[in-house]
Amino acid sequence: MTIYLPIAELSVNIFVILGMGAAVGFLSGMFGIGGGFLITPLLIFYNIPPAVAVATGANQVVASSFSGSLWHFKRGSLDIKLGVVLLIGGIAGAALGIWIFTLLRRLGQLDLIVSLMYVLFLSIVGGLMLWESINSMRRAARKETVALRKPGQHIWVHRLPMKMRFKKSKLYLSVIPVIALGFAIGVLTSVMGVGGGFIMVPAMIYLLRIPTNVVIGTSLFQIIFVTAFTTIMQATTNYSVDIVLAFLLMVAGVVGAQYGVRVGQKLRGEQLRALLALLVLAVGMRLGLDLLLPPDEVYSVIIEGAAF
Amino acid sequence: MRPFAALFGILVCLLAGSALAQQREPTERLDIGVSTNEIAITSDFTGADITVFGALDSADPFLLELGEYDIVVALVGPQRQTTVWRKERVLGIWVNRRSMEFEPVAASYSLSSTRPVERITGSIVLDRYEIGSNNIRLVPTGAIGDGSNIAVFRDALRRLKQTSGLYEAAPHGVDFVSSSLFRASIRLPANVPLGEHTIRAYLFKSGNFVMERDLPLRVVKTGLEQFIYSAAYEDSLLYGIVCVVLAMLTGWVGSVIFRKN
Repeated sequence: MTIYLPIAELSVNIFVILGMGAAVGFLSGMFGIGGGFLITPLLIFYNIPPAVAVATGANQVVASSFSGSLWHFKRGSLDIKLGVVLLIGGIAGAALGIWIFTLLRRLGQLDLIVSLMYVLFLSIVGGLMLWESINSMRRAARKETVALRKPGQHIWVHRLPMKMRFKKSKLYLSVIPVIALGFAIGVLTSVMGVGGGFIMVPAMIYLLRIPTNVVIGTSLFQIIFVTAFTTIMQATTNYSVDIVLAFLLMVAGVVGAQYGVRVGQKLRGEQLRALLALLVLAVGMRLGLDLLLPPDEVYSVIIEGAAF
Repeated sequence: MRPFAALFGILVCLLAGSALAQQREPTERLDIGVSTNEIAITSDFTGADITVFGALDSADPFLLELGEYDIVVALVGPQRQTTVWRKERVLGIWVNRRSMEFEPVAASYSLSSTRPVERITGSIVLDRYEIGSNNIRLVPTGAIGDGSNIAVFRDALRRLKQTSGLYEAAPHGVDFVSSSLFRASIRLPANVPLGEHTIRAYLFKSGNFVMERDLPLRVVKTGLEQFIYSAAYEDSLLYGIVCVVLAMLTGWVGSVIFRKN
């Protein structure tokens, strides 16, 4: 059964799209991630124009992060003040990202930069996660324990000025690194169509030393707004958000996520992280191969923004 | 005796007919009609065939009998600004390196004719009237370097248009249903571009161009697709907000439905 996507301007198999959404939703529920970094490459593999894949990916992440942060809000594992500070940087970064996106599209280099950024970030994050999870599996085997956060330990981040008190996170921290982190993730959101949780979460834990229990909720909270802002910006500047495609992905994703959460609860943390790391690396490698292998057709045609 | 007389009669008339044709302007007239001037793209659109009917008036019956009249019908898509990119290897990675921009080019081109156009007339005439996807004029604009690349970029554009089904030809797609009526079927691909298309019908007599007739044909989206498309382009801010609200609603409904778990 095919369905015509009015903005992507092509017909797709509805079950393939629903399957993609459900599979990514399942994984996002299992690993507690937004899934944008999986959805966008999958859509590109399925011949959706990269511009539409990126913009629609951002829209889909609004749904999954909203659903996720509601859950954290009820449990109180969400630091709204910290989220708002992240958001200030995030909105500014997203605005810059949209500008870069539009420029790259005009220069004909959008597909390349999107692929390169995916290869780069997926390999780094996947590699680090795999290394970390293997180490902690080995430590668990030797029955050692390590504290993630040692009280009183200070790194350069904590010597920066303009400090602010974040009660919920029990932190007294400079706003500069928080805004900078939000800004960087904001750029990635609009150029890559991701929520950025897969970078935000480790950065918050390891760099800003924010307690793990509020990290995911706070990251999801600010992702809602940055992806919502990106969706609106993409819709008004590049006309590349496909509401039909986004809706199919969201519905399947929300359902898939529920089953993912249950499976995720049965698996052990470091096993889960090792699996996710392998998945991230696989997607990155597949995109990398496309850049390295000689293409079947070296020419491509761009017609007033639409590509085929 | 009778078959000989008939043959003789045909020959005489033929000679007289061609002598007359050389003496005066052709009087043949071509008229075309199509059952609709609007093609609607629905959500399950997988391409369509449109039939163009036409009449050939005041045709010489003997030349008609000999197949000296040829009809070519083309559906020419909307003119669009087109850029062709070429990937080259840079530091081991395939990158869009060179590009060439062309003056507005027909986004699609579907041809139907009584026989292959190359056999109807010479390349000069085909080129003059831009008949056939190989004869569509592709004029580069902007920076073209030393011009040595123009031919390869033109060929690439034609090849990509042909492989994606946007430029196609049915060399025997025009049939005469009677001595003066013909029917041409033209294929619209699934990815047919939206906008104003033109049906161009050409009449040839013994390889000479006689006349051309044009009819407009609009290709539009309908129903929900049209509504979404025009909302996205004309009320893009509202459209973006609706996309976000829909996402939040979906996320919220999902968490309510599955809350018990």
